[in-house]
Amino acid sequence: MCETCGCGDPEIVPIEVQERILSDNDAQAAHNRSHFEALGLLAINLMGSPGAGKTAVLEASAKAAGGRLKLGAVSGDLATDRDADRLNASGIVSATITTGSACHLDARLVHRALHDFPAGDRDIFFIENVGNLVCPAIYDLGQAANVVALSVTEGEDKPLKYPVMFQKADLVLLTKVDLIPHLDFDVAAVEDGLARVMPEARMLKVSAKTGEGIDAWLQWLEERRPAEGHRHEHSHGHHHEHH
Amino acid sequence: MHEYSIVASLIDRVQQEAAAHGGSRVHRLHVTIGELSGVEIDLLKTAFDTFRERTICDGAELAIDTVAPAWACPSCERAVERGSILRCDACGRPARMIQGDEIILQRIEMEAPNV
Repeated sequence: MCETCGCGDPEIVPIEVQERILSDNDAQAAHNRSHFEALGLLAINLMGSPGAGKTAVLEASAKAAGGRLKLGAVSGDLATDRDADRLNASGIVSATITTGSACHLDARLVHRALHDFPAGDRDIFFIENVGNLVCPAIYDLGQAANVVALSVTEGEDKPLKYPVMFQKADLVLLTKVDLIPHLDFDVAAVEDGLARVMPEARMLKVSAKTGEGIDAWLQWLEERRPAEGHRHEHSHGHHHEHH
Repeated sequence: MHEYSIVASLIDRVQQEAAAHGGSRVHRLHVTIGELSGVEIDLLKTAFDTFRERTICDGAELAIDTVAPAWACPSCERAVERGSILRCDACGRPARMIQGDEIILQRIEMEAPNV
Protein backbone atom coordinates (compact mmCIF):
# COMPACT_ATOMS: atom_id res chain seq x y z
CA MET A 1 0.00 0.00 0.00
CA CYS A 2 0.99 3.60 -0.43
CA GLU A 3 3.13 4.42 2.58
CA THR A 4 3.62 8.09 1.90
CA CYS A 5 0.20 9.52 2.59
CA GLY A 6 -1.92 6.53 3.51
CA CYS A 7 -4.29 7.20 0.63
CA GLY A 8 -4.79 3.51 0.00
CA ASP A 9 -3.40 3.46 -3.51
CA PRO A 10 -2.12 0.02 -4.23
CA GLU A 11 1.57 -0.27 -4.68
CA ILE A 12 2.50 -2.21 -7.72
CA VAL A 13 5.49 -4.45 -7.23
CA PRO A 14 7.57 -6.16 -9.87
CA ILE A 15 8.02 -9.91 -9.43
CA GLU A 16 11.01 -11.20 -11.39
CA VAL A 17 10.36 -14.65 -12.88
CA GLN A 18 12.68 -15.04 -15.90
CA GLU A 19 11.57 -18.53 -16.75
CA ARG A 20 10.37 -20.31 -19.83
CA ILE A 21 6.59 -20.07 -20.07
CA LEU A 22 6.56 -23.77 -20.97
CA SER A 23 8.69 -24.74 -17.96
CA ASP A 24 5.97 -27.17 -16.79
CA ASN A 25 6.16 -28.95 -20.12
CA ASP A 26 9.97 -28.92 -19.93
CA ALA A 27 9.86 -30.57 -16.51
CA GLN A 28 7.44 -33.23 -17.74
CA ALA A 29 9.64 -33.82 -20.80
CA ALA A 30 12.68 -34.30 -18.56
CA HIS A 31 10.68 -36.86 -16.61
CA ASN A 32 9.72 -38.69 -19.83
CA ARG A 33 13.36 -38.62 -20.90
CA SER A 34 14.40 -40.32 -17.68
CA HIS A 35 11.79 -43.03 -18.36
CA PHE A 36 13.12 -43.60 -21.86
CA GLU A 37 16.69 -43.73 -20.62
CA ALA A 38 15.84 -46.16 -17.81
CA LEU A 39 14.08 -48.41 -20.31
CA GLY A 40 16.99 -48.22 -22.77
CA LEU A 41 14.61 -46.92 -25.40
CA LEU A 42 15.52 -44.63 -28.26
CA ALA A 43 12.62 -42.17 -28.41
CA ILE A 44 12.07 -40.34 -31.69
CA ASN A 45 9.69 -37.41 -32.16
CA LEU A 46 8.52 -37.78 -35.77
CA MET A 47 6.96 -34.64 -37.16
CA GLY A 48 5.75 -33.40 -40.53
CA SER A 49 2.74 -32.11 -42.47
CA PRO A 50 -0.45 -34.13 -42.76
CA GLY A 51 0.18 -36.57 -45.58
CA ALA A 52 3.99 -36.25 -45.50
CA GLY A 53 4.23 -40.01 -45.13
CA LYS A 54 5.10 -40.36 -41.45
CA THR A 55 3.04 -43.52 -40.96
CA ALA A 56 4.15 -44.98 -44.28
CA VAL A 57 7.83 -44.53 -43.38
CA LEU A 58 7.24 -46.34 -40.10
CA GLU A 59 5.44 -49.19 -41.88
CA ALA A 60 8.36 -49.50 -44.29
CA SER A 61 10.79 -49.39 -41.36
CA ALA A 62 9.02 -52.29 -39.66
CA LYS A 63 9.10 -54.27 -42.87
CA ALA A 64 12.83 -53.63 -43.44
CA ALA A 65 13.79 -54.23 -39.81
CA GLY A 66 11.98 -57.55 -39.72
CA GLY A 67 12.52 -59.06 -36.27
CA ARG A 68 15.85 -57.26 -35.84
CA LEU A 69 14.41 -54.28 -33.95
CA LYS A 70 11.42 -54.18 -31.67
CA LEU A 71 9.49 -51.05 -32.58
CA GLY A 72 6.81 -49.22 -30.67
CA ALA A 73 4.85 -46.09 -31.45
CA VAL A 74 2.26 -43.69 -30.19
CA SER A 75 0.45 -41.63 -32.81
CA GLY A 76 -1.11 -38.27 -32.14
CA ASP A 77 -4.37 -38.01 -34.00
CA LEU A 78 -7.16 -35.47 -33.77
CA ALA A 79 -10.00 -37.92 -34.21
CA THR A 80 -9.17 -41.45 -35.38
CA ASP A 81 -7.14 -44.56 -34.58
CA ARG A 82 -6.17 -45.09 -38.21
CA ASP A 83 -2.43 -44.55 -37.87
CA ALA A 84 -2.10 -46.79 -34.83
CA ASP A 85 -4.19 -49.46 -36.59
CA ARG A 86 -1.90 -49.31 -39.62
CA LEU A 87 1.22 -49.49 -37.46
CA ASN A 88 -0.09 -52.41 -35.41
CA ALA A 89 -0.82 -54.24 -38.65
CA SER A 90 2.79 -53.64 -39.75
CA GLY A 91 4.14 -55.14 -36.54
CA ILE A 92 4.83 -51.96 -34.59
CA VAL A 93 3.18 -52.09 -31.16
CA SER A 94 1.11 -48.90 -31.27
CA ALA A 95 -1.42 -46.78 -29.47
CA THR A 96 -3.24 -43.58 -30.32
CA ILE A 97 -3.06 -40.33 -28.40
CA THR A 98 -6.33 -38.63 -29.27
CA THR A 99 -5.67 -34.92 -29.20
CA GLY A 100 -9.14 -33.63 -30.04
CA SER A 101 -8.66 -30.12 -31.36
CA ALA A 102 -5.06 -29.80 -30.12
CA CYS A 103 -2.61 -29.27 -32.94
CA HIS A 104 0.40 -30.87 -31.24
CA LEU A 105 1.46 -33.37 -28.63
CA ASP A 106 2.85 -32.16 -25.34
CA ALA A 107 4.96 -33.97 -22.77
CA ARG A 108 2.00 -34.64 -20.47
CA LEU A 109 0.03 -36.40 -23.22
CA VAL A 110 3.03 -38.56 -24.07
CA HIS A 111 3.59 -39.40 -20.41
CA ARG A 112 0.01 -40.49 -19.97
CA ALA A 113 0.25 -42.70 -23.06
CA LEU A 114 3.55 -44.14 -21.89
CA HIS A 115 1.95 -45.42 -18.72
CA ASP A 116 -0.48 -47.64 -20.58
CA PHE A 117 2.08 -48.70 -23.14
CA PRO A 118 4.11 -51.93 -23.04
CA ALA A 119 7.33 -50.04 -23.76
CA GLY A 120 9.64 -52.18 -21.66
CA ASP A 121 10.64 -54.70 -24.33
CA ARG A 122 10.89 -52.20 -27.21
CA ASP A 123 14.12 -50.93 -28.79
CA ILE A 124 12.82 -47.83 -30.52
CA PHE A 125 9.80 -45.78 -29.55
CA PHE A 126 8.38 -43.46 -32.20
CA ILE A 127 6.20 -40.57 -31.15
CA GLU A 128 4.30 -39.80 -34.33
CA ASN A 129 3.22 -36.22 -33.81
CA VAL A 130 0.08 -34.56 -35.12
CA GLY A 131 0.47 -33.62 -38.78
CA ASN A 132 1.51 -29.97 -38.59
CA LEU A 133 4.69 -28.10 -39.55
CA VAL A 134 4.31 -25.39 -36.91
CA CYS A 135 3.12 -26.18 -33.40
CA PRO A 136 4.74 -29.54 -32.59
CA ALA A 137 8.24 -28.02 -32.84
CA ILE A 138 7.72 -25.95 -29.70
CA TYR A 139 7.03 -28.78 -27.26
CA ASP A 140 9.80 -30.99 -25.92
CA LEU A 141 8.39 -34.48 -25.36
CA GLY A 142 11.50 -36.09 -23.86
CA GLN A 143 12.69 -37.50 -27.18
CA ALA A 144 16.32 -38.27 -27.99
CA ALA A 145 15.96 -36.83 -31.49
CA ASN A 146 13.56 -34.87 -33.68
CA VAL A 147 12.93 -36.21 -37.17
CA VAL A 148 10.92 -34.27 -39.74
CA ALA A 149 9.30 -35.99 -42.71
CA LEU A 150 9.06 -33.72 -45.76
CA SER A 151 7.49 -35.16 -48.89
CA VAL A 152 8.61 -34.16 -52.36
CA THR A 153 5.03 -33.14 -53.24
CA GLU A 154 5.10 -30.39 -50.60
CA GLY A 155 7.69 -28.40 -52.55
CA GLU A 156 11.30 -27.50 -51.91
CA ASP A 157 10.53 -24.16 -50.21
CA LYS A 158 9.23 -25.66 -46.96
CA PRO A 159 12.45 -25.42 -44.88
CA LEU A 160 12.64 -21.66 -45.50
CA LYS A 161 8.91 -21.21 -44.89
CA TYR A 162 8.84 -23.24 -41.67
CA PRO A 163 12.28 -22.51 -40.16
CA VAL A 164 11.20 -23.20 -36.57
CA MET A 165 10.35 -26.81 -37.37
CA PHE A 166 13.48 -27.48 -39.40
CA GLN A 167 15.91 -25.74 -37.02
CA LYS A 168 14.79 -28.23 -34.34
CA ALA A 169 15.30 -31.26 -36.58
CA ASP A 170 18.17 -33.68 -36.09
CA LEU A 171 17.26 -35.38 -39.34
CA VAL A 172 14.99 -34.66 -42.29
CA LEU A 173 13.49 -37.58 -44.17
CA LEU A 174 12.72 -36.53 -47.72
CA THR A 175 9.84 -38.89 -48.43
CA LYS A 176 8.11 -40.19 -51.60
CA VAL A 177 11.31 -39.79 -53.62
CA ASP A 178 9.94 -42.41 -56.05
CA LEU A 179 7.72 -39.55 -57.33
CA ILE A 180 10.61 -37.23 -58.25
CA PRO A 181 10.68 -38.30 -61.94
CA HIS A 182 7.08 -37.10 -62.23
CA LEU A 183 7.63 -33.71 -60.59
CA ASP A 184 9.63 -30.52 -61.07
CA PHE A 185 11.37 -31.04 -57.78
CA ASP A 186 14.86 -29.74 -57.10
CA VAL A 187 16.58 -31.81 -54.39
CA ALA A 188 19.54 -29.39 -54.29
CA ALA A 189 17.14 -26.51 -53.50
CA VAL A 190 15.81 -28.36 -50.44
CA GLU A 191 19.34 -29.11 -49.29
CA ASP A 192 20.27 -25.44 -49.71
CA GLY A 193 17.17 -24.32 -47.78
CA LEU A 194 17.90 -26.76 -44.97
CA ALA A 195 21.51 -25.56 -44.67
CA ARG A 196 20.16 -22.04 -44.02
CA VAL A 197 17.82 -23.01 -41.17
CA MET A 198 19.29 -26.22 -39.75
CA PRO A 199 22.85 -25.87 -38.43
CA GLU A 200 23.76 -29.55 -38.78
CA ALA A 201 21.66 -30.23 -41.84
CA ARG A 202 21.23 -33.92 -42.44
CA MET A 203 18.74 -35.33 -44.92
CA LEU A 204 17.99 -38.84 -46.09
CA LYS A 205 16.00 -39.59 -49.24
CA VAL A 206 13.49 -42.35 -48.68
CA SER A 207 10.60 -44.06 -50.40
CA ALA A 208 8.20 -46.15 -48.37
CA LYS A 209 6.89 -47.53 -51.65
CA THR A 210 10.16 -48.83 -53.13
CA GLY A 211 12.10 -49.16 -49.87
CA GLU A 212 14.82 -46.81 -51.14
CA GLY A 213 16.77 -45.23 -48.27
CA ILE A 214 14.99 -47.17 -45.53
CA ASP A 215 18.14 -49.11 -44.66
CA ALA A 216 20.08 -45.87 -44.28
CA TRP A 217 17.31 -44.55 -42.02
CA LEU A 218 17.42 -47.70 -39.88
CA GLN A 219 21.21 -47.34 -39.73
CA TRP A 220 20.79 -43.73 -38.52
CA LEU A 221 18.46 -45.00 -35.78
CA GLU A 222 20.78 -47.86 -34.80
CA GLU A 223 23.66 -45.41 -34.32
CA ARG A 224 21.59 -43.47 -31.80
CA ARG A 225 20.44 -46.39 -29.67
CA PRO A 226 21.79 -46.43 -26.13
CA ALA A 227 24.78 -48.73 -25.61
CA GLU A 228 23.90 -52.36 -24.83
CA GLY A 229 25.05 -52.19 -21.20
CA HIS A 230 22.64 -49.37 -20.45
CA ARG A 231 19.56 -51.09 -21.76
CA HIS A 232 16.90 -52.72 -19.64
CA GLU A 233 18.84 -52.22 -16.42
CA HIS A 234 15.71 -51.71 -14.47
CA SER A 235 12.11 -51.55 -15.38
CA HIS A 236 10.94 -49.76 -12.31
CA GLY A 237 7.43 -49.36 -11.13
CA HIS A 238 7.16 -45.73 -10.25
CA HIS A 239 5.14 -43.92 -7.71
CA HIS A 240 5.25 -40.29 -8.60
CA GLU A 241 2.31 -37.93 -8.70
CA HIS A 242 0.29 -37.79 -11.86
CA HIS A 243 -1.71 -34.75 -12.89
CA MET B 1 -2.84 -22.32 -32.64
CA HIS B 2 -0.58 -23.35 -29.78
CA GLU B 3 -0.63 -19.70 -28.66
CA TYR B 4 -3.73 -20.54 -26.60
CA SER B 5 -1.89 -23.28 -24.76
CA ILE B 6 1.06 -20.94 -24.17
CA VAL B 7 -1.27 -18.31 -22.73
CA ALA B 8 -2.89 -20.95 -20.49
CA SER B 9 0.57 -21.88 -19.15
CA LEU B 10 1.41 -18.19 -18.73
CA ILE B 11 -1.73 -17.43 -16.69
CA ASP B 12 -1.18 -20.57 -14.57
CA ARG B 13 2.30 -19.39 -13.80
CA VAL B 14 1.12 -15.89 -12.89
CA GLN B 15 -1.49 -17.39 -10.56
CA GLN B 16 1.22 -19.42 -8.80
CA GLU B 17 3.37 -16.32 -8.35
CA ALA B 18 0.41 -14.32 -7.09
CA ALA B 19 -0.42 -17.00 -4.55
CA ALA B 20 3.20 -17.16 -3.41
CA HIS B 21 3.43 -13.39 -2.94
CA GLY B 22 -0.07 -12.67 -1.74
CA GLY B 23 -0.65 -10.71 -4.92
CA SER B 24 -4.04 -9.62 -6.15
CA ARG B 25 -4.54 -7.61 -9.30
CA VAL B 26 -1.96 -8.00 -12.10
CA HIS B 27 -1.21 -4.82 -14.00
CA ARG B 28 1.38 -5.88 -16.54
CA LEU B 29 3.28 -8.94 -17.73
CA HIS B 30 6.62 -8.67 -19.49
CA VAL B 31 7.42 -11.52 -21.83
CA THR B 32 10.24 -12.12 -24.30
CA ILE B 33 9.43 -13.89 -27.55
CA GLY B 34 12.08 -14.87 -30.08
CA GLU B 35 11.28 -14.41 -33.74
CA LEU B 36 12.10 -18.08 -34.30
CA SER B 37 10.32 -19.39 -31.23
CA GLY B 38 7.31 -20.44 -33.28
CA VAL B 39 5.05 -18.05 -31.38
CA GLU B 40 3.12 -15.49 -33.44
CA ILE B 41 2.93 -12.20 -31.56
CA ASP B 42 -0.50 -11.21 -32.91
CA LEU B 43 -1.98 -14.60 -32.07
CA LEU B 44 -0.43 -14.46 -28.62
CA LYS B 45 -2.02 -11.05 -27.97
CA THR B 46 -5.41 -12.28 -29.19
CA ALA B 47 -5.15 -15.41 -27.06
CA PHE B 48 -4.16 -13.36 -24.01
CA ASP B 49 -7.02 -10.88 -24.49
CA THR B 50 -9.44 -13.81 -24.67
CA PHE B 51 -8.09 -15.91 -21.81
CA ARG B 52 -7.26 -13.19 -19.28
CA GLU B 53 -10.95 -12.49 -18.57
CA ARG B 54 -12.08 -13.63 -15.15
CA THR B 55 -8.53 -14.64 -14.22
CA ILE B 56 -6.01 -12.80 -12.10
CA CYS B 57 -4.77 -11.25 -15.37
CA ASP B 58 -8.13 -9.62 -16.15
CA GLY B 59 -7.34 -6.13 -17.43
CA ALA B 60 -3.58 -6.75 -17.39
CA GLU B 61 -1.35 -5.51 -20.18
CA LEU B 62 0.91 -7.93 -22.04
CA ALA B 63 4.21 -6.21 -22.86
CA ILE B 64 6.14 -8.21 -25.43
CA ASP B 65 9.83 -7.82 -26.28
CA THR B 66 10.84 -9.59 -29.46
CA VAL B 67 14.31 -10.97 -30.08
CA ALA B 68 15.83 -11.32 -33.53
CA PRO B 69 17.57 -14.63 -34.15
CA ALA B 70 21.35 -14.80 -34.19
CA TRP B 71 23.80 -17.61 -34.79
CA ALA B 72 27.50 -17.88 -34.00
CA CYS B 73 30.32 -20.35 -34.36
CA PRO B 74 30.66 -22.34 -31.14
CA SER B 75 34.49 -22.28 -31.39
CA CYS B 76 35.54 -18.89 -32.70
CA GLU B 77 32.28 -17.04 -31.87
CA ARG B 78 32.18 -15.48 -35.33
CA ALA B 79 28.62 -14.38 -36.19
CA VAL B 80 26.77 -16.28 -38.91
CA GLU B 81 24.20 -14.13 -40.71
CA ARG B 82 20.52 -15.00 -40.74
CA GLY B 83 19.58 -16.50 -44.09
CA SER B 84 23.11 -17.64 -44.90
CA ILE B 85 24.43 -21.20 -44.72
CA LEU B 86 24.60 -21.91 -40.97
CA ARG B 87 28.24 -22.84 -40.91
CA CYS B 88 31.28 -20.87 -39.77
CA ASP B 89 33.13 -19.24 -42.71
CA ALA B 90 36.44 -19.58 -40.91
CA CYS B 91 36.48 -23.05 -39.33
CA GLY B 92 33.52 -24.77 -41.01
CA ARG B 93 31.79 -25.83 -37.80
CA PRO B 94 27.99 -25.81 -37.64
CA ALA B 95 26.76 -22.55 -36.14
CA ARG B 96 24.76 -22.50 -32.92
CA MET B 97 21.68 -20.37 -32.33
CA ILE B 98 22.54 -17.92 -29.57
CA GLN B 99 19.21 -16.11 -29.40
CA GLY B 100 15.84 -15.94 -31.10
CA ASP B 101 13.90 -18.95 -29.77
CA GLU B 102 12.92 -17.49 -26.37
CA ILE B 103 9.44 -17.91 -24.87
CA ILE B 104 10.07 -16.35 -21.48
CA LEU B 105 8.04 -14.74 -18.71
CA GLN B 106 10.39 -12.05 -17.41
CA ARG B 107 8.43 -10.07 -14.89
CA ILE B 108 4.99 -9.59 -13.37
CA GLU B 109 3.82 -6.24 -12.08
CA MET B 110 1.08 -6.81 -9.55
CA GLU B 111 -0.55 -5.42 -6.46
CA ALA B 112 1.12 -7.38 -3.71
CA PRO B 113 0.87 -5.80 -0.26
CA ASN B 114 2.93 -8.57 1.33
CA VAL B 115 6.04 -8.13 -0.78
